[in-house]
Amino acid sequence: MSGSGRLAAYGPILAVAAALAMVPLLTGSNTVLNAMVTALLIGLAGQGWNILGGYGGQFSFGHAAFFGTGAYATAILQARYGVNAWAAFAAAVALGSLAGLVIGFLSFRSGLRGSYFALVTLAFAEVFRIIANATPITGAAAGTLIRLDVRPENFQFASRAVFYWIVLALVVAVLILTRMIERNRFGAWLVAIRENEDAARALGVDTLAVKLQAIGLSAAITAAAGAFYAQYFLFVDSSIAYGTWISVEALLVPIIGGLGTVFGPLVGALALHGLAEVTRLVAGRIPGIDLALYGTLLVLVVAFAPQGFQGLVRRLGAGLGMARR
Amino acid sequence: MFAPEIVLAAVLNGLMTGAVYALVSVALTLVYGVLHIINFAHGATLTAAMFAAYFAHRAGVDPLLAAAPLALVFYGLGYGVQRFIIGPASHGEDRNILLVTLGLSIIIENLLLAAFRSDTRSIDVPYGFSTLDLGFVFLPLPRVIAFAVTCVVALLLWALLTRTDTGKAIRAVAREKLGAALVGIDVTHIYAVTFGIGAACLAIAACLLLPSYYVNPRVGNAYVLVAFTVVVLGGMGSVPGAMLGGLLIGVVESLSGLYFGESLGQLGIFLIFILVLLVKPTGLFGARA
Repeated sequence: MSGSGRLAAYGPILAVAAALAMVPLLTGSNTVLNAMVTALLIGLAGQGWNILGGYGGQFSFGHAAFFGTGAYATAILQARYGVNAWAAFAAAVALGSLAGLVIGFLSFRSGLRGSYFALVTLAFAEVFRIIANATPITGAAAGTLIRLDVRPENFQFASRAVFYWIVLALVVAVLILTRMIERNRFGAWLVAIRENEDAARALGVDTLAVKLQAIGLSAAITAAAGAFYAQYFLFVDSSIAYGTWISVEALLVPIIGGLGTVFGPLVGALALHGLAEVTRLVAGRIPGIDLALYGTLLVLVVAFAPQGFQGLVRRLGAGLGMARR
Repeated sequence: MFAPEIVLAAVLNGLMTGAVYALVSVALTLVYGVLHIINFAHGATLTAAMFAAYFAHRAGVDPLLAAAPLALVFYGLGYGVQRFIIGPASHGEDRNILLVTLGLSIIIENLLLAAFRSDTRSIDVPYGFSTLDLGFVFLPLPRVIAFAVTCVVALLLWALLTRTDTGKAIRAVAREKLGAALVGIDVTHIYAVTFGIGAACLAIAACLLLPSYYVNPRVGNAYVLVAFTVVVLGGMGSVPGAMLGGLLIGVVESLSGLYFGESLGQLGIFLIFILVLLVKPTGLFGARA
């Protein structure tokens, strides 16, 4: 691999990381930082979805199952078992990944694809939600609180900027990871499965193993987003952790930003949350209006910009280039 | 253990509830059988229909009388949505259809939420609490009516699918899209017709549900997950499978409510759902996935 190739691959990621890292230095506004943390958090959940859905073509409608497992694991381990917050975070990522492997093993082994896979993931997320809403260990309907104790060893900080940098670091780490996947054999297998699974298998790709690795990784990333959510808001309940909203946002941001691209989920999350803030300013807090807007956006993007915003920009650029010539 | 009369009553009650499940599921499976996609906007459409029936009642029309006109309206809406939104927006790709119907469901559900908030509403009809005395068991009248109407609708659907040219065209498209197009069937039109029929079934189901049930912007979800289970159980795309599956799930829910308590009834349905998907995704009556 030549040095210049590596620069072209990873340079943009570092540039974006540096630019985003400046945000807290430019603004002291807690509102802005809060909005940015939330946007990056959703971006992270979407990055997880993008590995399985964008590169692997397996559309999950239930990534809440992994987000929620990460969130609950981090909260319960601290609140009930007194585990250190950072250790709980790591355990939450591992448990989320495990949930992904189990669901993935059950559904991929039965050969579920397309609509069937979407359905079964949706059902698993719902089962998790019903169980979490009824069992004592999750605090049932009351949810689980993490005790407020602002110390770095507790993964709690007085300044939102620190939270922002941590979630940004996670997002950047996944950007790099995604680029690495894109450039190695595993990524090629994954794309082959997306384009034609039977052909990929005929060519000797172990499709079950590749899909399992993809869902394990995908679930781990989305679980990290869930664990960070719990740590940031210090509270989880079943409708937050396993709610439909996160399943929808996790798939929406990569689709809006650009499916199966490194920057897609990040671009989508920033665009979506920018839009949501504007709507809130214009329409006030009418319940459901932001989600209705997300739905509209989803239909419009699928209809008019199948490659997401990035594809749209590229197409516009190409159009301008043609015009100049 | 319970006395046989109580178990029998639970089974009959389950059959009555199951009839509405069957109707909701037939609509879902019909669309799946022809378009080969799962319509994720199914639940939201049912909710919208229930709101329509609710406001029809507010305007002084009994839901049972509103069923036929609402079915027509929803046929038109379903036809239009498939023909002018889902069809063109999805560029013929299954994945896109999934996403577009998901988007539509989010839009419908949240517009209803924005308009009517999450309040739960119900209506009062004179026969709401009437019962039918069979000698050994009392059955709630609204559910008996629902059962009877579902049977009539099922017969009508069967006649439509087997005795009319449109029905033959629908079955031809379900079997072999390309072949149907080659012999001159307008596939886009048939897609929209099927979607319209599905929406009309939902409108009727909504009118049957309302006298004994409530409506809020999320109510359809409870039914649609049951319908997914029924459709998977009966075999995706199989209309008789959906009818029998609906009745079966109604009985299972009623009996598990009797033996394990009401709150676990729903969980039982989900577990059946996941189990069937994992063990036999083609369902009891389906040919192949």
